[in-house]
Amino acid sequence: MSRKQMLPQGGGGLADDSGCPILHVDMDAFFASVELLDRPELRGLPVIVGAAGARGVVLSATYEARRFGVHSAMPMTRAMRVCPRATIIPPDHRKYTAVSRGVMEIFRSITPEVEPISSDEAFLDVGGARRRLGSPSAIAAMIREQVAEQYGITCSVGVASNKFVAKLASRQCKPDGLLVVPADGVVEFLHPLPVAALWGVGERTEQVLVRLGIRTVGDLAQVPVSTLQRELGAVGAHLAALAWGRDERPVVAHTPDKSIGNEETFPFDVDDPETIRRELLRLSERVAARLRASGQVGRTVSVKLRRADFTTITRSRTLREATDVAKEIFATSCELFAAAGLDRVRLRLVGVRMENLRPAGTVTRQLSLGERETGWREAEQAMDKAIRRFGPDAVRPASLVRPPSGPMDL
Amino acid sequence: MMFRIDRDVLAEAVAWTARSLPARPSVPVLAGMRLEVTDDQQLKLSGFDYEVSAEVTLEPQSGEPGVVLVSGKLLAEITRALPAQPVDFVVDGAKAVVTCGSARFTLLTMPVEDYPSLPAMPPAAGRIGSDVFAGAVGQVAVAAGKDDTLPMLTGVRMEIEGDTVTLAATDRYRLAVRELKWHPEQPDFQAIAMVPGRTLADTAKALGGTGAEVEIALSSVGGTGEGMIGFSSAGRRTTTRLLDPEFPKYRSLLPTEFSARADIATASFVEAVKRVALVAERNTPVRLAFRGDEVVLEAGSGDEAQAVEVLPVEFDGDEINIAFNHQFLLEGLGAIDSDVARLQFTTATKPAILTGGKPVDEGATPDYRYLIMPIRLSS
Repeated sequence: MSRKQMLPQGGGGLADDSGCPILHVDMDAFFASVELLDRPELRGLPVIVGAAGARGVVLSATYEARRFGVHSAMPMTRAMRVCPRATIIPPDHRKYTAVSRGVMEIFRSITPEVEPISSDEAFLDVGGARRRLGSPSAIAAMIREQVAEQYGITCSVGVASNKFVAKLASRQCKPDGLLVVPADGVVEFLHPLPVAALWGVGERTEQVLVRLGIRTVGDLAQVPVSTLQRELGAVGAHLAALAWGRDERPVVAHTPDKSIGNEETFPFDVDDPETIRRELLRLSERVAARLRASGQVGRTVSVKLRRADFTTITRSRTLREATDVAKEIFATSCELFAAAGLDRVRLRLVGVRMENLRPAGTVTRQLSLGERETGWREAEQAMDKAIRRFGPDAVRPASLVRPPSGPMDL
Repeated sequence: MMFRIDRDVLAEAVAWTARSLPARPSVPVLAGMRLEVTDDQQLKLSGFDYEVSAEVTLEPQSGEPGVVLVSGKLLAEITRALPAQPVDFVVDGAKAVVTCGSARFTLLTMPVEDYPSLPAMPPAAGRIGSDVFAGAVGQVAVAAGKDDTLPMLTGVRMEIEGDTVTLAATDRYRLAVRELKWHPEQPDFQAIAMVPGRTLADTAKALGGTGAEVEIALSSVGGTGEGMIGFSSAGRRTTTRLLDPEFPKYRSLLPTEFSARADIATASFVEAVKRVALVAERNTPVRLAFRGDEVVLEAGSGDEAQAVEVLPVEFDGDEINIAFNHQFLLEGLGAIDSDVARLQFTTATKPAILTGGKPVDEGATPDYRYLIMPIRLSS
């Protein structure tokens, strides 16, 4: 494995990291790297993780595959066209979650100030760990070593004075790199980058900026804030701050989930309401189980429906009381689906999401007349227990039981 | 067509009729109010939206027969604002002219031939004092559901067995039941009707206060004219379409045995609940702890504002901690119509019953019972 230590030019490995307590750690081609642990024969070859078939998308790709232009979120059909030699591996999220947990543990052994962004990246504030563990760049090197040693995968670390610059730094040194951007070298580092590198600059914003003749972060930094605000609204001021490397957001150790959701792309576009409702049931069951596992309840049910032409609508409803019961989530999902007026419209994807989350312990429940003392909630908790003991196929609603090799097994 | 009538009489009648006009009419003519002077010199004002109809009969000072349809909302606004002088209403071609003192309004008429005819009243079933009726309906309608997606819970169930009328309503979280006596036309009259709660409450209120009797028009079980109920009193009649008679079997849900009983002065209880509820968000509970001769009321939690208040109570039975939606509790306390509120419990997760006052006979079933489901606190 190559191990480059990218440091700013002239840094000679001794870049000044004294004002740089923020680390952004990003696993390199995370899912793909984890898969390669089980398939060492594929090392050095283009590998794509994602559901094969016409409807899948790329979840992760090795750098060998990326060289052909494959990137995550690309439709699988296109990825296979640009890189026909790639080996395609279906995703196994349990494996990734296990590695992700372990990696996050390594971070937390260094500092409690860990803010996970997703399963494969996190911000760390190591300001308080210096005395114990050394300079930020030494800590970054240590993290890279421990992750490689314990999990056999590589990561890239950006070290900077704030989150925004640290994230850009890790991106710049990928894969398997380490980049320190000294506090007094931020402008020098930022200004040559294209504007699209900034957080919050998507396609549309980029078009506006290009129209104004702004191509690099340096160009952007020279534009008066008032001009940016006029052209871009509130985002303008934000971008102006970023262009000078200013980002005040602290590392927040634990961001509780804002929402929990699952979605499913059908193998074929579906217009049969029965099939759609069955999928809503499956998703509701999954979301409710995740809520219960995380000790949370949600009050707002949101349903996502994507038509065959990719136009997507989202409908949500706030319940009288928060819930973690699949039956209630499902009933509301069905109502939202019915009210969306997509009867007999071919759908490509459906999703169910719970928002407005809060800890289950603080929640009270208005009992209703004639309600049984033990209801669906208890039944579903019993399902959780059975699944923990006997696996995910142990128990499920009857309408989701398939014949062992039925026509649904596509 | 023309008539002359006292301003107050007209304004009140127009306002009453306009209540039943739809806010968003499905067809434009339904926004109209029909005014007719009959051959025998009676003035009839009516409105109809295919669900509810209303008609008032008045005696004008003078009149020429004819019929006209004008915007009900506009006519109501105009008559309300007119000075206290006789009102002259004259139809002139496609226009209706309203003159009162020095004020003069010209209204466009609407095509009266397109207006649906009002449903006929079902046969008269019996009579009841309008004030008693309004009071009883008010006590029950408070528990009716407001959620139109569950229509069966938005109704008030009316069960008639001879001279006894039982009104019941529930939104699943509370259940109000009131029994009262009336005068049926036939002593063995039997009927069951689900009356839309909001309409019934409005109608009973509007017919109350006159001191007169209300005549209820309803066909008996299996009789003709089913699906409709009519109320009439002092020249006013209203009909409404009935809901599907499906309703929870509520009698078996009303507990009859209790492990504890608390009698509390209603006024101070209401005030205390309102005070502690200031820190309770919507749909969050007020907690009640009954101990010996006092009850501790609490709301809010450690993470937010908290409130606590202690009240004296006459308590008999096992100590209990129970929590209720404060709005439900207050609405029940407002409905019992008594200086003393009696709460009876079994356990913290079983329905509690709220009744008014200490009964003369402890064994008798009170006329009015308000069942309230507790809120279960997380364990």
